[in-house]
Amino acid sequence: MELDYHSMRAFADSWGLVYMFAIFLAVVVWIMRPGARKSSEDAARIPFKED
Amino acid sequence: MNNSLATALVGLGAFLALLGAAFAQDAAFQTHAWVVFFVLAIATIVMLRNMKFSAAAAAPVDTSGYMDGVIRYGTVITLFWGIVGFLVGVVVASQLAWPELNIEPWFNFGRMRPLHTSAVIFAFGGNALIATSFYVVQRTTRARLFGGGLAWFVFWGYQLFIVMAATGYLLGITEGREYAEPEWYVDLWLTVVWVAYLIVFMGTIFKRKEPHIYVANWFYLAFIVTIAMLHIVNNLSMPVSLLGAKSYSAFSGVQDALTQWWYGHNAVGFFLTAGFLGMMYYFVPKQAGRPVYSYRLSIIHFWALIFLYIWAGPHHLHYTALPDWAQTLGMVFSIMLWMPSWGGMINGLMTLSGAWDKLRTDPILRMLVISVAFYGMSTFEGPMMSIKAVNSLSHYTDWTIGHVHSGALGWVGMISFGAIYYLTPKLWNRQRLYSLRLVNWHFWLATLGIVVYAAVMWVSGIMQGLMWREYDDQGYLVYSFAESIAAMHPYYVLRMVGGLLYLTGALVMAFNIYKTIRGDVRSEVPMGAEQPEALAPAE
Repeated sequence: MELDYHSMRAFADSWGLVYMFAIFLAVVVWIMRPGARKSSEDAARIPFKED
Repeated sequence: MNNSLATALVGLGAFLALLGAAFAQDAAFQTHAWVVFFVLAIATIVMLRNMKFSAAAAAPVDTSGYMDGVIRYGTVITLFWGIVGFLVGVVVASQLAWPELNIEPWFNFGRMRPLHTSAVIFAFGGNALIATSFYVVQRTTRARLFGGGLAWFVFWGYQLFIVMAATGYLLGITEGREYAEPEWYVDLWLTVVWVAYLIVFMGTIFKRKEPHIYVANWFYLAFIVTIAMLHIVNNLSMPVSLLGAKSYSAFSGVQDALTQWWYGHNAVGFFLTAGFLGMMYYFVPKQAGRPVYSYRLSIIHFWALIFLYIWAGPHHLHYTALPDWAQTLGMVFSIMLWMPSWGGMINGLMTLSGAWDKLRTDPILRMLVISVAFYGMSTFEGPMMSIKAVNSLSHYTDWTIGHVHSGALGWVGMISFGAIYYLTPKLWNRQRLYSLRLVNWHFWLATLGIVVYAAVMWVSGIMQGLMWREYDDQGYLVYSFAESIAAMHPYYVLRMVGGLLYLTGALVMAFNIYKTIRGDVRSEVPMGAEQPEALAPAE
């Protein structure tokens, strides 16, 4: 495949888009998984640990 | 502590600036080199005078606690540049209302405007971000800043960048790129400073004692990394001469325009939004005394914002030579930004759920909350204006200026003020601020200023857009351009008044912060503790 403007654009709006959207979905699934509530609540308390 | 190496380097820099002035290819570069020479020469003298040669001075500094000295400097300088930037804003607003105030050549509107935008965005906003990011990253990783004196280099190097940019504009040295006007050599200097900033911030995260990286640091890091990328790509250019001020962009035509707005809109997205969201996720919970409403929402907020913002730039180029699909892409991504923006706003506001009564007694919290409210309002207005049909009316009019200012004065300004009010007693070990009632005065002056400003620009901008597109039944334009300008005069005067209110609020703040640092505490009735007369006990 030639690396010109059109092929790069075609890649960006197909596989590139799928790749980024998949990462985003993975983040959402990961953060919403059942076990995440406890660790999220702990993380939210970090600013109150000292000072 | 002796900074022998730093002193030598600053002295060397002064010498190089002198050489630059001697062999300059053009008058502008020569004058600029003289400015840099005098700044660095004075810095060298000050540093030499502060050197101690006794044995006692060689004692190592205590590096066990947090590194707060540079943050104290950052807090004060933020306020200083803020007042300079607001003042220049009032001046340029007056210049638009009364053109006689344009004093040629150095104080023309064309040179003063970038001075205003850079002073408020980079000098005020940038210093607020650097100072608070150094504070937040230490507190949330429980580690001292990485790199020893490198943080001081970031601080002073950034001030030198600001001085070079500001004096360059007044001398007429400009690339003419929105929010990126400094010429190539100033850009190179900022790159060096920014890499040092990244090293300090990343280094601190690497040596953290807290396993989890708190979400505020993610936003700060996204801001630092993305600004580095944007700055380098947008400023790819070829100088005419090694010792000349002029350079030419690597891009041309519509590619150059798109590069500029890819940079320009992401300067809004990552400098003025992501960085200040880092502030929100630390200072709102701290001031409210309760953790953020939903930590999980904050993670989704982060990734959605990062993935979407970078595509929104083309909405600045609607109805231009930019391909139609690219314009539509920019519009669609701008509209999708509604979701993360409002998710983040709701997250910030809901942090107060169950503690709303604190708004009655805590004007600092009031300031932080109204800033989040302005974040919501301007991120609603922005996507709406990016819709092509709306943009055909709003583009090139004062409506855009009003929109930018409701975001900048409301969101960026207010959250920075709130953060500084929070930080000052902590950094100087004071029991509390000198006066909370003065904070309340500042709150109302600033809010009123923004409301006047934004409302006036809506009216003026929509009027301007309607006048431009008004045809008569024979197809002729009804108004000449000069008539639309004459019609805007009263709004320009009112806009200046709005800015003046905002500036007055900042001056009240400066007085309050000065008294707090001095250690004064004003004896005053606490906020919300006034006894209503009817309820006073009977004699």
